[in-house]
Amino acid sequence: MSNSKGQILSNKLEIPKSDELKHPMEGYLREERFPHIWCSTCGIGTVLTGFITGLQKSGLDREKVAVVSGIGCSGRAAGYLRLDSFHSTHGRAIPFATGLALGNPELKVVVISGDGDIAAIGGNHFIHAARRNMNLTVICINNFNYAMTGGQAGPTTPEEANASTAPFGCYEYPFNLPFLAESSGAIYVARWTSLHIRRVSNSISEALLKPGFSFIEVIAPCPTLYARRNRLGSGLDLMKFYHDSAIIDHNADTRDIDIGYQDRITIGKFVDKDKPTFLENKDNFLKKKLGDKFIQYTGQNWE
Amino acid sequence: MKADPIGVATGSHYIDGDHACAEGAIAAGCRFLAGYPITPSTEVAERVAERFPFVGGQFIQMEDELASMAAVSGAVWGGAKSMTVTSGPGFSLMMENLGLATMMEVPCVLVNVQRGGPSTGLPTLTGQADMMQARWGSHGDYELISICPNSPQECFDLTIEAFNLSEKWRVPVMFMMDECVGHMIEKVVIPEADKIEITPREFYKGDKEKYRPFRFDGKGIAPMVKAGDGYFIHITGLTHDERGYPVINEQAQDKNVRHLVDKILKNEDKIRIIEEDQIDGADVVVVSYGITSRVALKAVELARKKGIKVGIMRLITVWPFPESRIRELAPKVKAFVVPEINLGQICLEVERCAQGKAKTTLVSHAGGWVHDPADILKAIEEGVK
Repeated sequence: MSNSKGQILSNKLEIPKSDELKHPMEGYLREERFPHIWCSTCGIGTVLTGFITGLQKSGLDREKVAVVSGIGCSGRAAGYLRLDSFHSTHGRAIPFATGLALGNPELKVVVISGDGDIAAIGGNHFIHAARRNMNLTVICINNFNYAMTGGQAGPTTPEEANASTAPFGCYEYPFNLPFLAESSGAIYVARWTSLHIRRVSNSISEALLKPGFSFIEVIAPCPTLYARRNRLGSGLDLMKFYHDSAIIDHNADTRDIDIGYQDRITIGKFVDKDKPTFLENKDNFLKKKLGDKFIQYTGQNWE
Repeated sequence: MKADPIGVATGSHYIDGDHACAEGAIAAGCRFLAGYPITPSTEVAERVAERFPFVGGQFIQMEDELASMAAVSGAVWGGAKSMTVTSGPGFSLMMENLGLATMMEVPCVLVNVQRGGPSTGLPTLTGQADMMQARWGSHGDYELISICPNSPQECFDLTIEAFNLSEKWRVPVMFMMDECVGHMIEKVVIPEADKIEITPREFYKGDKEKYRPFRFDGKGIAPMVKAGDGYFIHITGLTHDERGYPVINEQAQDKNVRHLVDKILKNEDKIRIIEEDQIDGADVVVVSYGITSRVALKAVELARKKGIKVGIMRLITVWPFPESRIRELAPKVKAFVVPEINLGQICLEVERCAQGKAKTTLVSHAGGWVHDPADILKAIEEGVK
């Protein structure tokens, strides 16, 4: 890293040692891994902040919360959190998280990943985890493109939007993720933008406390690729856009909340219901069928 | 430690190799299986699905093999002893997350009941053509352990061994059955639980600040912890340091990858399980594995009747390859004969290690059925010349 005069600046972020200067998220971040890889005014860090605040608000024992990410810019989220955190393969965060949640049923497992990871390469895992009502909270940071690899079109790129593999504009229909989640069986579905940070953290807190498959989509700016290629300005300009274009409608029918190019974004909490989880169903069902002979898995016995 | 009696179906059984493998896994303490149906391996998952509710196991049928293998790694970090089971096309799909398991040093067992390939190939008929895939199937440099049983009894015994080796070396172990062994029904004797030795996972219990999930100094394998124990581990498929943190440069790559390779290759003599018979003074040594090793016995018997000095080397662990043993034998014999149900995979390793000091003859078979012992006999006879 160097400044405009060519002087070399330190790569290390100096963290104030004073006891009075305590960051509210101290201890939740792996500060030794900073600087992080995200661009200036990227929305992912904001969502990470929202997650930490939401986790703090939930009152959950952080030792019993694990985070799994896939691959991509958002996939790096797990690596900066001081929790049990796993950085899996592209698209496989949800099945990895499924194994983790079943291997240690005491855990609340959270998946934080991007739109390409969750809805394209991991799309099949997403719908099946929702169908099973696996006890997972999935936070999908949607920046409308594959940013890590240079701004290619993805499953959520709006029609008309430009991307490096859609150089004349995108002509595919994008996914409407809340609709996909709801129709696959998710018990909690919300969409926010990274501008609505309090709502993001409240929503995450609610979702964390709900057993079952909860899904939160957060629309976030990608200033370096999506915004630049489409001449939408900086991350700040996109925040202004979110401010003007996001409409909160908790009662919206998820079928009607597609996102068009630079069009209105319907946000809110669309689904909040209760349904037994995969493990609750499994254990209750087998208990009923097999009676006392059924032995519930509560973690591996290593004794 | 000894096996937990709850999972050990002590007694004499008349079952096939797939079922014996399932019993071996349960006896070994496996309590998590994620899988996807595929012929001819499905019976392993079916038996586990039926048995797990009574032993406190967690079975899940995933949406595909990509998910199955990913879930296995997740479950292991959740503290479970885990496996998956598949065949041919499913094995191909598992390669991605086998790489992840290798990088994360996840102890687990991947059962592949081999069938004829490529692609859909011969779903119901036998093959041994995934042997190179077991070693090289995922991208990048790494080494794993592969075990080839040749009977239902061994499907039971060696599945336990597979779990033990996986825990000891923190590595995925490929349990390379084939359709013949998987569907062959024979007597399988399951001993008392206290006669079954289990290698427990080594868990770290020390100072949380000092814990390192990996160890790259060549002096051992790092103990594990499980998610939920408060160690706040970070585990990634990226090249990483001993803390598990990503480091993207050539020095870190060298340390990390060499460790994955060295922990297996430098301990080949400790991992190796091979059977030998009448090797001393032999002119020809038949090197075989899996079902083919049983067919080869007939050919060896016929050759010995003809007065030919034939030795047998049976590879139970095929990977890591017993390189030093082949090198040692090569100057002493005229030929190695390698029958296998593929068009030449392990024979290439034998040939490489023999370094031209002995002839290496492949007896190939494209799959679908086992060899005719006459073909192996012919190669033995030519080998003595």
